[in-house]
Amino acid sequence: MLATLFRQLRRIVLIALIGGLLGATLVRLGPGFGVDERELDNRLGQDSRQAIRSEHDADKNIGMFYARYLKGMLRGDLGFSRSLNRPVTELLRERLPLTLGSLAYGVLGGAGVGLALALLTACWHVPGSNLAPALLAGTCLALPAAVIALLFLWMNVPGRWAIALVVFPHVYRYSKNLLVATYQSPHVLAAQAKGLSSVRILFAHVFAPSAPQLAALVGISVSLAFGASIPIEVISDTPGVGQLAWKAAMDRDLPLLVNITVLIALMTLVANSLADIALAAWRPDVREEAA
Amino acid sequence: MKVRLRLKRIRVAQTVALVLLALVALASLAAGFITPSSYAEQFRDSIGAPPSHRFPLGTDDLGRDRFARLLYGTRVSLLLAPAAALLSTLLAALIGGLAGYVGGGFERFVTSGIDLFLSLPWLFLLLAARALLPLNTSPVTSVAITFLLLGCLGWATPARIIRAGTRTLINADFLTQARATGISGFRLFWRHLLPNLRPIFLAQFWISVPLFILSEANLGLLGLGVSEPLPSWGSMLRELENYTAIFQNPWMLAPVILLVLVVACLQIVLRTEERIPC
Repeated sequence: MLATLFRQLRRIVLIALIGGLLGATLVRLGPGFGVDERELDNRLGQDSRQAIRSEHDADKNIGMFYARYLKGMLRGDLGFSRSLNRPVTELLRERLPLTLGSLAYGVLGGAGVGLALALLTACWHVPGSNLAPALLAGTCLALPAAVIALLFLWMNVPGRWAIALVVFPHVYRYSKNLLVATYQSPHVLAAQAKGLSSVRILFAHVFAPSAPQLAALVGISVSLAFGASIPIEVISDTPGVGQLAWKAAMDRDLPLLVNITVLIALMTLVANSLADIALAAWRPDVREEAA
Repeated sequence: MKVRLRLKRIRVAQTVALVLLALVALASLAAGFITPSSYAEQFRDSIGAPPSHRFPLGTDDLGRDRFARLLYGTRVSLLLAPAAALLSTLLAALIGGLAGYVGGGFERFVTSGIDLFLSLPWLFLLLAARALLPLNTSPVTSVAITFLLLGCLGWATPARIIRAGTRTLINADFLTQARATGISGFRLFWRHLLPNLRPIFLAQFWISVPLFILSEANLGLLGLGVSEPLPSWGSMLRELENYTAIFQNPWMLAPVILLVLVVACLQIVLRTEERIPC
């Protein structure tokens, strides 16, 4: 358990450092870096302009810039958004709760419905029983997230449910294939032949061996939901992080966009790690087998 | 008997999907013959016109023939998504194949890189990369940038699968025998390993195509895809933002219907390939 915790923590820190370095390099090399609008003030003399330029000299070295970026990051200072003229931390503090709330609804709703339908299809051996969920999943997979958001907007349904519809087909298809394959494995056939109850077979012999893959699905769902949040928040005009990322991309506000991307990557990693840790705590034997 | 019936159904579904895909591809390639209008030509006397013999899907707010734009847009999406998929599969084959073949520290390094890439949500990464490049580019450059980005950023998932495939294959008898004959490492990789990974490459290529079509559609709807006046499915979907107009002009939905049809057909072809018993 402790080893899993340490491994996950090491992975998160390493990826955060690499992601931060990539982000800092992008910001440093991005167009407009080091340009200060105070230089446009005609009242300033040459010396004053030179003084303003020298303020940015320390940032010209990528290594120095990254060190300062990391130092700021540790203090909770993620830089300044040029387009919105506000600190990035302040913008994220305002918008993150809304996005996280939508994601919670979307991931739990989509994964819950997907898993329930997969279970129904896998357990209920009636020909054609999987037709309706398969058709729904196929249609959802063929629709871009932005079109799903538009559909929900027409129907006056909150955007967070659109996230659920993006997550649902992936969870349904993957878990259905997994559960059907597990149901056909020899140990389940042996359990059925021994006369074990269907509930016991389901929980002890189907769910337990599939747990690592199902837990991994949570991480994938979070990543999917974050991706879908951009078009959905833009279309439904929800003031969340997805909409902020889109605005940053349209205004080419790289400090803001890079910080959002690193933050989202970290949150996805944390979600993945939490799923792994929860699994390690619940069934250490299963986790070891998967590893 | 049951298996034979199932196999027959799978084959029928696959054939129907392939025929539909071929028809859409042919219609887009023959756009110049099917419709006399150009995708950028504005008919100022017929702005927002309903469907007619002259304009089968009516005209948009700028008086451009929607049917012509749909056909040319289909050409852009249908030709360039496979090109981007080819690029990402080649990158994945090179990176994943080499990682699996070389092993050791290089493999661990590549696996960490893949993990990093996979932890970044796809659309956030695309937005970040797209924002680095000029937004006021010419239409043709914007098409190239959009699909190049898709190709360059979509390598991680296929690379992981190809790496795993290479690791499985590396200890196969025929490779051990080839190694025993003393052939060079490059020749072993190029002549013996890569050709045997072809089924994985093909599967990854076909999986990437619908993914890239949908990504382009999302980017287009967000205004970060192909620039006007060049049409693509994504840029044509922007018209739907004015959703109150859809009830009066339901033919505005034609790009969505075609997009769903093509992606669904690609999925049917892929899934039926998986289901056919060997």
